Amino acid sequence: MNRWTSFNKFSITLGFGFLYLPILLLIVYSFNESKLVTVWGGFSTRWYASLLENQALKDAAWVTARVAFTSATIATVLGTLAALALTRYTKFRGRFLFSGMIFAPLVMPDVITGLSLLLFFVAVNLDRGIVTVILAHITFSMCYVAVVVQSRLLSFDRSIEEAAMDLGATPTRTFLQVTLPVIAPAVVSGWMLAFTLSLDDLVISSFASGPGATTLPMKIYSQVRLGVTPEINAVSTILVTIVTIGVITASIITKRREVQRQRDEQAAFAQG
Amino acid sequence: MKSLGSIRRSFAPWTDPSAKPYISFRNVTKKFGTFVAVDDLSLDIYHREFFALLGASGCGKSTLLRMLAGFEQPTSGEIILDGVNMAGTPPYRRPVNMMFQSYALFPHMTVEKNIAFGLKQDGMPKNEIAERVAQMLKLVKLEKFATRKPHQLSGGQRQRVALARSLAKRPKVLLLDEPLGALDKKLREETQFELMDLQQDLGLTFVIVTHDQEEAMTMADRIAVMSAGKVNQVATPAEIYEAPNSRFVADFIGDVNIFDGLVTSSANGMLDIAVGEGFTIRTPIGNMDVRGAARGFAIRPEKIRVSREVPPDAGINSVKGEMWDIAYLGDMTVYIVKLPNGQTVKASSLNAQRSVENPLGYDEDVWISFDGDAGVLLKD
Repeated sequence: MNRWTSFNKFSITLGFGFLYLPILLLIVYSFNESKLVTVWGGFSTRWYASLLENQALKDAAWVTARVAFTSATIATVLGTLAALALTRYTKFRGRFLFSGMIFAPLVMPDVITGLSLLLFFVAVNLDRGIVTVILAHITFSMCYVAVVVQSRLLSFDRSIEEAAMDLGATPTRTFLQVTLPVIAPAVVSGWMLAFTLSLDDLVISSFASGPGATTLPMKIYSQVRLGVTPEINAVSTILVTIVTIGVITASIITKRREVQRQRDEQAAFAQG
Repeated sequence: MKSLGSIRRSFAPWTDPSAKPYISFRNVTKKFGTFVAVDDLSLDIYHREFFALLGASGCGKSTLLRMLAGFEQPTSGEIILDGVNMAGTPPYRRPVNMMFQSYALFPHMTVEKNIAFGLKQDGMPKNEIAERVAQMLKLVKLEKFATRKPHQLSGGQRQRVALARSLAKRPKVLLLDEPLGALDKKLREETQFELMDLQQDLGLTFVIVTHDQEEAMTMADRIAVMSAGKVNQVATPAEIYEAPNSRFVADFIGDVNIFDGLVTSSANGMLDIAVGEGFTIRTPIGNMDVRGAARGFAIRPEKIRVSREVPPDAGINSVKGEMWDIAYLGDMTVYIVKLPNGQTVKASSLNAQRSVENPLGYDEDVWISFDGDAGVLLKD
């Protein structure tokens, strides 16, 4: 089975090529000397330098950072609470409906979510700006957090909470000192997921945004409509780099922890 | 007075009518929906007693323990602990601590922190906590492992941490939920004796839940045999084994042979039960008035003799059968003898000698016999 047949090589090349060729092209052309995106004019970092002087792009990046951080944090709190309620209090009527409803936004088309939010903001007479973008991002990202945390809670050994209470911890202390630290990795990955989703959302942001609240994806998209400049390539490359570093770091940490844990367990059993 | 079995120590407050129970379950019922887990149960446990709740899974023993710990509230009835009604007291305000079946150690805390957890909740000063933790680590011989996390420990070590953690607060009562279930046989036996010593030294009341009758017999002062949410019998291990009060208890604890027959006569305090053709059991009547009724007679394998010779009074407390199976277990040999009516009887004999001349063999005709007072009459 473990052989490099020419068919295997072909499949791998095709698959990865499909996935990464466009991104590779984008990165390569961000170092293009020429102003024309499709013509190679030699290696240069001038577009990165000019990026630093592009106030509009910098503003958009700052808006995106604030929106992503705030919405991810609030979505994490709400999503975690929702996950706790749905896994813990399993005996109320309509629980099935509620747990279905928390998953529904995952498959809801962005256009529908965006449009309904826009209509809602108009209805309650809320001026569109950075606040409405944050609210919109919380709306769609909290259900991702809820799903991630819920799956961790399902394998959670409830007896450690009982042990904490048995030892004199009130329910609040039990939650803060035992439950939360144990589910923390899931909460953190929920936050990271929410952060990433917020970072690259275009459709819902476009609906919810108003003057002075242009996010980076919105800015990039609007600039592209006027013609792709190598500057866009450069900013996209930076985004790709940030995401890549994040993903690699996270997986290295997870892997290391797993290896360390296995080693510890083996050591413990070896000595009986 | 003749006593049943050996006495471990002279501790028997349950025989003293003036002794006040430490823990009382009074008509406790617990329902989950329509399922009755504990059914109108009353039970007294005394101070410094090592008490075992024994039963198959689903008999309600764990529910009873969890109600004592405060994780479940009785549907009706009350639980009194040291004179205080526990109704409405949450688990974190009860003077009991529990050792969980899964150990339930906090995975993100070191051994020290695990043990100190309960003490911190009480707001004990730091230096006192350190002192108590050191004392507990010494008690369970884990001084070298203080800074390890639970996943860096073996099963036996985890069990010790769980024990130390539940004892750290010096609870009035220690509840143990199948505490040795996850240990291998040898470690389990060692730990049983350690727990007994610990309970004696600390002078605490222990309530243990187990499905392992050997474990209950080894450790407990008294055992409550439970089934279907009710207590079948509460007695010392020797009483439970030698004088079970029902067919269920006789069958649940150890191996037993039960002969069913009809009572034919009673004279001079003796009762005759006709079991089958040429097989009558003659046993002391005790305090049972059972003339004319169908009755069971329960007798343990080690109290039945097997031989080739015809015993005196053949047919009374003896019967001829066919050797069906022989199992040599080292310390003893177990014989399975098939009676003419088809019933198989289990008999065991200690291998006191290293070799036996002309041992009993398969398919031989043999006589089984026993003393009339070696078994017990069953009420049901």
